[in-house]
Amino acid sequence: MPDIQALVSDLASKLRKRRVQGSYETARLTAELLCAVILQHKEPTTNGAASLIEAVRRVGEQLIAANPVELAVGNIVRHVLHIIREEDLSPLTDIVGELKLSAEDDVEDIAEDENSQKSSATTDGCLLKPPLLLAVFEHLPDSATACQTFSSENIFAGKGKKLKSELIKAVNELIEDINTCREGIAEQAMELIHQNEVILTLGHSKFVKEFLCAAKEKKRSFEVFIADGAPKFEGHILAKELDKKGLKAIVITDSAVFAMISRVNMVIVGVHAVMANGGVIAPAGLHVLALAAKKHDVPFVVVASTHELCSLYPHNLEVLLNEMRCPSELLNFEEFSDCIDYGIASSSSLLHVVNPAFDYVPPELISLFVTDIGGYSPSYIYRLIADYYSSEDLPPQQKPAS
Amino acid sequence: MGAQKKRAAAAAAAARVSEDPDDLARQPLQAILLADSFTTKFRPITLERPKVLLPLVNVPMINYTLAWLEAAGVAEVFVFCCAHSKQVIDYLENSEWFSQPNFTVKTIESHNIISAGDALRLIYEQNVIHGDFVLISGDTVSNMSLTQALQEHKERKKKDNNAVMTMIIKKSKPSPITRQSRLGTDELFMAIDPNTKQLLYYEDKADHSKGTICLDKMLLAENPSISLHNDKQDCYIDICSPEVLSLFTDNFDYQHLRRHFVKGLLLDDIMGYKIFTHEIHSSYAARIDNYRSYDIVSKDIIQRWTYPYVPDVKFCGNRATKLERRGMYRALEIEQSRSAQVGSFTVIGYGTKIGSNSKISDSVIGEGCTIGSNVLIEGSYIWDNVIIEDGCELRHVIVCDGVIMKAGAVLKPGVVLSFKVVIGERFVVPAYSKVSLLQQPTVHDSDEELEYADNSSGTVEFSSIQGTADQSNGEMTSESSEAHKPKLGTGGVGYIWSICEGGQEEEWRHSVAPIPEDKLTELSEAMDDDQELVTQDRTALSTSGELISDSNASEGDDNEDSKDDSVYFEKEVEATFLRAVEENVKVDHVILEVNSLRLSYNMTSADCAGAVFYSMMKLAIKTPHSSASELQQNTANIITTWQKLLKSYLLEIDEEIEIILKFEEMCLESAKEFSPLFARILHILYDKDILQEDAILRWADEKEGADESDKVFVRQSEKFIQWLREASEEED
Repeated sequence: MPDIQALVSDLASKLRKRRVQGSYETARLTAELLCAVILQHKEPTTNGAASLIEAVRRVGEQLIAANPVELAVGNIVRHVLHIIREEDLSPLTDIVGELKLSAEDDVEDIAEDENSQKSSATTDGCLLKPPLLLAVFEHLPDSATACQTFSSENIFAGKGKKLKSELIKAVNELIEDINTCREGIAEQAMELIHQNEVILTLGHSKFVKEFLCAAKEKKRSFEVFIADGAPKFEGHILAKELDKKGLKAIVITDSAVFAMISRVNMVIVGVHAVMANGGVIAPAGLHVLALAAKKHDVPFVVVASTHELCSLYPHNLEVLLNEMRCPSELLNFEEFSDCIDYGIASSSSLLHVVNPAFDYVPPELISLFVTDIGGYSPSYIYRLIADYYSSEDLPPQQKPAS
Repeated sequence: MGAQKKRAAAAAAAARVSEDPDDLARQPLQAILLADSFTTKFRPITLERPKVLLPLVNVPMINYTLAWLEAAGVAEVFVFCCAHSKQVIDYLENSEWFSQPNFTVKTIESHNIISAGDALRLIYEQNVIHGDFVLISGDTVSNMSLTQALQEHKERKKKDNNAVMTMIIKKSKPSPITRQSRLGTDELFMAIDPNTKQLLYYEDKADHSKGTICLDKMLLAENPSISLHNDKQDCYIDICSPEVLSLFTDNFDYQHLRRHFVKGLLLDDIMGYKIFTHEIHSSYAARIDNYRSYDIVSKDIIQRWTYPYVPDVKFCGNRATKLERRGMYRALEIEQSRSAQVGSFTVIGYGTKIGSNSKISDSVIGEGCTIGSNVLIEGSYIWDNVIIEDGCELRHVIVCDGVIMKAGAVLKPGVVLSFKVVIGERFVVPAYSKVSLLQQPTVHDSDEELEYADNSSGTVEFSSIQGTADQSNGEMTSESSEAHKPKLGTGGVGYIWSICEGGQEEEWRHSVAPIPEDKLTELSEAMDDDQELVTQDRTALSTSGELISDSNASEGDDNEDSKDDSVYFEKEVEATFLRAVEENVKVDHVILEVNSLRLSYNMTSADCAGAVFYSMMKLAIKTPHSSASELQQNTANIITTWQKLLKSYLLEIDEEIEIILKFEEMCLESAKEFSPLFARILHILYDKDILQEDAILRWADEKEGADESDKVFVRQSEKFIQWLREASEEED
């Protein structure tokens, strides 16, 4: 068994050095790592869940700090914490809903309901407290969980083993979900893409590719315009891949989206993260595309998996909305270094290159989210977030705001 | 040593290497990192801390190199430490580099190594390098991908066992004015075979004064095509085959990687070893060689060309820093006054305090610094725990750890303050000075970073250079060395070093400060002059070039020598003439002597006329006189006495014009006393039949179109010319 700390620092350093990028990859690796953390966690005799939550949270903090831009890490960490809290409560529901044990799905539903009630109760509790006390509350982050576990401790005692195996099962399900989310999204392609339609996308997103291919496999015939997605021009890759699948792909430049949008029936794009208010963090250039779509009343569809759902708001301080990438993606360094005017005294150039990676697209420009659990409108995102994350795990600064 | 022995050893090495090529291909990539530059360019800072640990945008340099090596897929790095080896090893032990998975860092320590060549020989003896390796020094910043270069190297090696090295190069135009690259290194000339990318010629110390470089004609004979570059920059990243180490061992006189090894390999046609180049275009690679490159590379890092090795990415356990708008990086827990202005492209380290109304731009501030109010910091590099009191001004300087600047102190551009120096109140540190707590070593001591010595004569050279430098800035040296008292204002602690390498005039080349404007204009003027020299006609006798070209019979000599010649000639003629006056030599004999001078200097008769006339006027002015009329009388006497001499050279009208021009020039420059008498003396010359009226009229006509300032004398003699014209008309 490899040392957990080594695994954690390995992933953290990979994130730090930007070796692991993209929400899908980071989400998968984070989930697998957290699974290992839970597996190797040595439980104290009492209060097993609380110590487990603490352990997961510590690992999570390290990973989030490693690269705050990769929001998927935080999403997975919070989701796993949510699962732990949920499983922690389930023995209670076992007793409450003993009669319904035969139908497992129902039990889960009730557990979820109860859980959401419970969590909303605690959130309310937070809100009712005066701001002064809130600060004290933040210093004791586990007081809420402590209460919960205390209530269930008697029943829970001796069931640590069971909790752990349940948790492993749940986290494995999560990993499975992450791995299969593309298929989940692609299944809905038939309902959205119609015969002889013209689709526009930007850059290269694996979700979009699978989505389009799924429609093609079901014998839908349609055209795809691909904005090339400067400066990386990943749109070219997508175009080639679609061509192999026998789809008609037309490459345009990013700046031509307004010129082409009037011929387009629907815009489908992949994003970096979905924020709690229904806006998205997306590759640079998408905001323009969204505005173009709005102007011509073309539906703007975002395909995203649930691990891209982020419980943060775009105005939160801890969200780094953007990353400035290497300027040499835009301009060769040798060209830049030739731009020095030796006539002027300062040896530095007045030429600068800025290469932001992301755009923020506000919710009012988005028509629909297609996720692996179905299609939602931007205004429904906050509900999904309540289902996926516990309010205790949200960053402390956000609590007064929510 | 015999070349045979060399060859045998190299062959043995080659045999050992080629035993199992397949096994080699699977070898993990190794690297040798030289944590010592074997130069003294960063003195006095490097007396106290090794260069590789100097902070570059708040991260010790070696981290950039190690982080890149790790990312480039190197599995094992041997860090060779020499100067301050303990500091380097301690730093590495406390850093995270020793605990990386799939990346091992090992240190090799030695104290008696004085060059890169020695270091590589030592590594060869240890027998730790088993395959291809990357040779790099610990002051290199790069984000290039090695994969392609490595693959090219391996493929070449398979085809040709003699391809031992691949050198990474990058395009970089050198400045036409200063003849140095962006990074402050000298212009580099490389000849590369455009098809195979083989390096054929490498010269980094070309002689610019001549403006030529010499290529072996065999190069041109042997290679179908050669491209000669002066716009390439050596990144000092080399992919080497293991033979390189054995080559260093065989040629125990190889010291410097480039000057000896590369040039030696290129010249040595017995072994036939080849060096190839790999050019990178978009990615970044640069070595910090001097203060200027420190400045430029820092700016490149702040502008993110080195991504992902930028301040806000924690690539080596550096502190969390946030990138804000306009390229401003700020770490946590900074106390900044509301009225302080932090400008663009600035990095501020953890826990730094900035007082009110201070202005900071284009600078890097380290951790835990305290900056007072009304401080101005521009383009400077301030390291950790520096205290800058109120009202200080810092422009384009480097300030090391623990420096204290008392209120009102000013650092002029190019200043370097080494560790823990204290600058007194209101003290102004002159430009380009280097201040350290340690005294400048007067003797070449060998336990510190060593001056790279070309041969055994290196030490002698060193001291002789220092001797001349001491003379040139005498006051400063005498202050610091005689009194042995720090002169840094009240309460100041430290010694101002005298500049000993290259002298003061070269200091700006490698300084952290931008090249001053007057230097640039001076240099570009010098360059223009050089170009003019090539095209100019001989203008020694007259300043007005367009006129002289008419009267000049020979236009063949057009270089500086002829200018010198005519000056010498003039002097000789003058000396001859004066002797003739003193000794009453006969006119005919003087004519003979002047003629022989004319032949030996290859001058025209116009030159002779000019020179003789010049000598006569000089004599007239030297003859004691009290008034202008007396001077006129003297001149008339001399002209009368020596008119035969003068006339003998006035064969044609051109020579006569030459005399007028010469006279004009004298009146303007060397003998201003004549200027009020110009018209009268012209008249005398006319009366004595030395000048014909045609010559005077032609001179007047030619001057017609000239500038107002040139026409002063034409105006003065207007009446005379008028009279001449009327006279000639009457004759007609």
